[in-house]
Amino acid sequence: MTGPAGEPTNQPVPPAEEAEAVEAADGARAASALRRAWALVVVPLGAVILAMLVGSIVILASQVFIGVEIDPTLPLVAYWAMISGGLGSFNGIVETMVQATPLVLAGLAVGVGFKAGLFNIGAQGQFLMGALAAAYVGGQLRDQPALVAVSLAVAAGAFGGLVYGFIPGALKALTGAHEVVTTIMLNFVAISISSYFVSGPLRAPRSPFAQTLDVGNAELIVLFGRNGHVGIFFALLAVPIIWWLLWRAKLGFEIRTVGANPDAARFAGMRPRRLIALTMALCGMLAGLAGSGEILGRVGHLTAPYATNVGFDAITVALLGRANPVGILFSALLLGMMKAGAGQMQIQAGIPVEIVDVIQGLILLFLAAEIIVRRLFRIREARVGLEELATVTRSYGERSA
Amino acid sequence: MTGSEHVAAPALEMRGITKRYPGVLANDRIDLDVRPGEIHGLLGENGAGKSTLMNILYGLAVPDEGAVLLDGQEVQIDSPADAIRRGISMVHQHFMLVPVLSVADNILLGEETMANAIFLDRTEAHRRIDELAQRFGFEIDPEAPVGSLSVGSQQRVEILKALYREARILVLDEPTAVLTPQETKEIFAVLRRLAQEGHSIVFISHKLYEVLEIADRITVIRRGRVVGTTTPAETDEEQLAEMMVGREVQLTVDRGESSPGEAVLKVDNLVVRNERGRETVHRVSFEVRAGEILGVAGVAGNGQDELVGAITGLRRVASGTVTLGGSDVTGHSPRAMHEAGLAHVPGDRHRFGMVMSFPLTDNLVLTDYYRAPFARGPVRDEAAVAEAAIGLIERFDVRTPSPFAAGSTLSGGNQQKLVVAREFSGDVRLLVLDQPTRGLDVGSIEFIHRQALAKRDGGTAILLVSAELDEVLELSDRIAVMYRGEIVAVVDGRTAVKEDIGLLMATGGRDRDGSPATGPGPASTTGSVA
Amino acid sequence: MDALVMFLYDIPLLGLLFQFGGYVISILPTTGPIFLFAAAPIALGSLCGLMNERSGIVNIGIEGMMLTSAFVSAYAASLMVASGATVGGDAPFGASTPLIVGVLAAMIAGMLVSSLHAWLTITIRTDQIISGTIINITALGLTSYLNQILSKASPPNAGTFQPFIVPADIVELPVIGWFINAILNQRPITLSIIVLVIAMQILLFRSRWGLRTRAVGEHPKAAETVGIDVIRLRYRNVILGGIFAGLAGASLALESAGSFQNNMTVGRGFIALAALIFGRWTPLGAFGAAILFTASEALERSIRFVPPPGQLGEIMIGIPLQVYGALPYLITIVVLAGFVGRSTAPAAVGQPYERERRH
Repeated sequence: MTGPAGEPTNQPVPPAEEAEAVEAADGARAASALRRAWALVVVPLGAVILAMLVGSIVILASQVFIGVEIDPTLPLVAYWAMISGGLGSFNGIVETMVQATPLVLAGLAVGVGFKAGLFNIGAQGQFLMGALAAAYVGGQLRDQPALVAVSLAVAAGAFGGLVYGFIPGALKALTGAHEVVTTIMLNFVAISISSYFVSGPLRAPRSPFAQTLDVGNAELIVLFGRNGHVGIFFALLAVPIIWWLLWRAKLGFEIRTVGANPDAARFAGMRPRRLIALTMALCGMLAGLAGSGEILGRVGHLTAPYATNVGFDAITVALLGRANPVGILFSALLLGMMKAGAGQMQIQAGIPVEIVDVIQGLILLFLAAEIIVRRLFRIREARVGLEELATVTRSYGERSA
Repeated sequence: MTGSEHVAAPALEMRGITKRYPGVLANDRIDLDVRPGEIHGLLGENGAGKSTLMNILYGLAVPDEGAVLLDGQEVQIDSPADAIRRGISMVHQHFMLVPVLSVADNILLGEETMANAIFLDRTEAHRRIDELAQRFGFEIDPEAPVGSLSVGSQQRVEILKALYREARILVLDEPTAVLTPQETKEIFAVLRRLAQEGHSIVFISHKLYEVLEIADRITVIRRGRVVGTTTPAETDEEQLAEMMVGREVQLTVDRGESSPGEAVLKVDNLVVRNERGRETVHRVSFEVRAGEILGVAGVAGNGQDELVGAITGLRRVASGTVTLGGSDVTGHSPRAMHEAGLAHVPGDRHRFGMVMSFPLTDNLVLTDYYRAPFARGPVRDEAAVAEAAIGLIERFDVRTPSPFAAGSTLSGGNQQKLVVAREFSGDVRLLVLDQPTRGLDVGSIEFIHRQALAKRDGGTAILLVSAELDEVLELSDRIAVMYRGEIVAVVDGRTAVKEDIGLLMATGGRDRDGSPATGPGPASTTGSVA
Repeated sequence: MDALVMFLYDIPLLGLLFQFGGYVISILPTTGPIFLFAAAPIALGSLCGLMNERSGIVNIGIEGMMLTSAFVSAYAASLMVASGATVGGDAPFGASTPLIVGVLAAMIAGMLVSSLHAWLTITIRTDQIISGTIINITALGLTSYLNQILSKASPPNAGTFQPFIVPADIVELPVIGWFINAILNQRPITLSIIVLVIAMQILLFRSRWGLRTRAVGEHPKAAETVGIDVIRLRYRNVILGGIFAGLAGASLALESAGSFQNNMTVGRGFIALAALIFGRWTPLGAFGAAILFTASEALERSIRFVPPPGQLGEIMIGIPLQVYGALPYLITIVVLAGFVGRSTAPAAVGQPYERERRH
């Protein structure tokens, strides 16, 4: 609510009359669905464009830093290299999808949390715990039949993440400890835990590095391209399932009610504490799946330390996708494309891959400072935000039981 | 009460104040003048424009037209700091005190007594506070955290804050809303004392008798306009009510005869604790019969919230039993209570009653979303939800452009109608109404009162809890008075005398804390204790 | 004496506690100075968080603020060296011009990043946690990117500040000598932390600024009605808080590493947040927590190099070393959950403040 005018409205459908009200409303609803979708998409789109523009300024400015002659076409060259690297070839597209896979799952892990009024900063830790569990079970079953090995290893990864997500959920439900702080702390604890196991009990014998056994038969089969593993379909499948859960299932209604107004949820006979713990467990499971997909589909074993930025990336994806499963899918593909193409960009344009992280930060910045995007692109659509975010920070300073 | 002498310029004059908000004309050429040493009552319904006018005076809003004059000089007040500098202080309805800070720190805040450029001089500040408190007969410990004080004491801290700032013009916004009649008397004495010392006081209220009792002059505003200025001698409650509401109001809805049946709700020796673990409901017992309204009167904060919470399943019961329709439902969850036939219009509708960002449809099935016809197994049936919602919206006259509009787009009155629509529909055995009309316009109040009476006549047992004694008196067949977590009396609603109930609310019928009754007034302590 | 010690050590279970005490005492003289040195950036980060959260703004972006400052300080110092300023010299603490410029640049950088946080949270009313996240992500990306670009040119190094050398006479004083040495044998930013913490503690609870800040963090509306400009106070506090983050970054780059490395804060900003919570949002408490957390790390190092003898040694070597690293985080969770005492944030933290509409 920034301006004195322009109060948020939920795009009221034209008044409908008595008996035909239901059908009339249905029609109007369908018509407004498109407008609503556009209102949802337009700001994130603007933010991405603006971030790319500012990113090109960063590229230009960095030439000044190292004192070379400024080449004004460099940003274009760099972006073109990145896009063609990510989308220009079959292998590029496969790599984009492979990169996007953990981002979709971890992005959902953050996005579902948002819907319940929870800020899950712990996707990183949950991912790592999922990876650890998958690596352990996968390593143990490396000689078993593939079907058994894969399904058990994937299940283990999901379960590892689930447990690690449940902990902060239960802590919040039982003691009111705010999940933002506990999940940040647990991310670091997860590093310690995985580092202990990988360099200790689970260390592959005779390996010069701290890493677990190779997962062998538990490896996810590659379906297409160089590394288009079956995990991609987990992610693609998770999107409609989560969408259905949130918008069509009772549980989703409960999750959204708790997110929008926990007190009203209690009044309505729901159990907010249980739902919070449950939602965090679900989030953890999604992040854990992301972790197992990486281990079983791409790397084959867990190393210590395991370099990943998935926690931050997941937050970006969830915010850019407005916590909407479909939005998360597209955001993850965008980010995956940038990551897949970054290598080619570095080779062709000499721009370090870290520029992707810069652009990512800028996207978030412009999403947050929505007003800049709106002014620049003269966007008039109503604000469709994440109302649940109010619940996230409201509870931070609360003196609850 | 000092008579207003012939003074040259009023201490405060607001001239032709106009203020527009998008879609609303909040103030329309309002004139108001307050003389030195005068208590000026500002009377109006909720939403009449009183708050806007006072926000303008306090520098929180800028008028579109008009001028503010202090001692005849036109001034431009552009922030609360500016208002305070000019000697204007405001005691807000919701106290503006920081609970974790001490009384002294709260008083100091913004007007600090300094030992040097950086550090506070708390010793000197305490001395000044003690001095002021003594002058007005307040007993207050400057070191105590404000959060630990009673509501009455907190209000005294607010007044001390104003005095500490040497305010000449003191605005009190609904100062008696949270006070017992006893505390009200005490505060009135303080206000008279302040007026005698030359302070000008603007007393905002919608309680007619209070304004008649305390004010030297009364200005009534309605829909942003001044309806008239008068004095208590020239007017009476009926006339003021007409001015305030704009038409001859029937002050009471005809409640008709009730024909109570068997007991639906039985509460036996109920004990409830609040969030901090303090016992706030002590061994309370009562029953509500089918087809009757039992009103619970009491000053806010005497255990009503906890009582309602325990009955509706939102709070834990420490001991005792709650029986609904013959079966023990003690400690049952809100869901179980709902299924046993309980409906509940919560006191804080924004917090409990609805989800602002959800469409009306979802809000209208908030308590029934989980079962047929709104859900089959784990899946929701959106069409059934929409159909039911559209029916309810029509039946209860909820004004909205669309059943899919967000709850937040409704006006306050319509939001409450939405809650009422949900809770009054269906087969309800016990209806708990907690402050059902707080903050609503007269039209909505009337509507809700009529609906409640109709529900009663249909055989529903109704438990009405309200801080508005008038509402309790108007609707109840029997009245239970709650005081410090106990029900101190149950009286017949038709023969109840307002003053007697007021006294019971204030003292519990026994003078246990030995506080002397100040001022004159009806003092029949034993009157109608049943 | 020895007999007594042996007796105490041999008590079952309780003896272990004495052995542990003895071990800690034995390693203190060597690890003591490291304590404060390692705790300083964390405590400084906590002070930054304190300035934010006491006035009602969540700050989980301390990490990003520290990282940016560390980069800027190293870069500024390096630029000064490249432009011909002398390195080394006889100044106290080895404070050459490049190093001083580096510290100043870090403070400014901290304030700039904080200004962004202030603008996002106070004016734009972005969710405060998201704002912090943005700062962390952007800072990590931008500093790594720029560092990658700059390292191609292999920039000159400005070195580090030097510790104050405590005279040998004092160090050798019995009982307290090592303690004085532990506190004073430090580089300048680390030394300043003691002064800063005490000053902040006094200011927060005894000054006008402190009273107003606490009021604004608890009940901004009440503060506004007595004429305090909530928005301005929050802006000022958040931006000034950036100075502490700046100092923390400068301490990492110019006192400890001597250059910038990618992600060199490695979570210290989050430990600072933890220390702030563990210290119940007071400067002294946060400082104590920072020391405690560092002690846990120091213990890990000691055990690795000089494990305690006897029964205790067996046990402590048996404990995975990672436990010590995870301890600060675990303790913070325990405290936040209220298992051991309870730590609650200022009441208004996280809620954007909306002034009454004035027009």
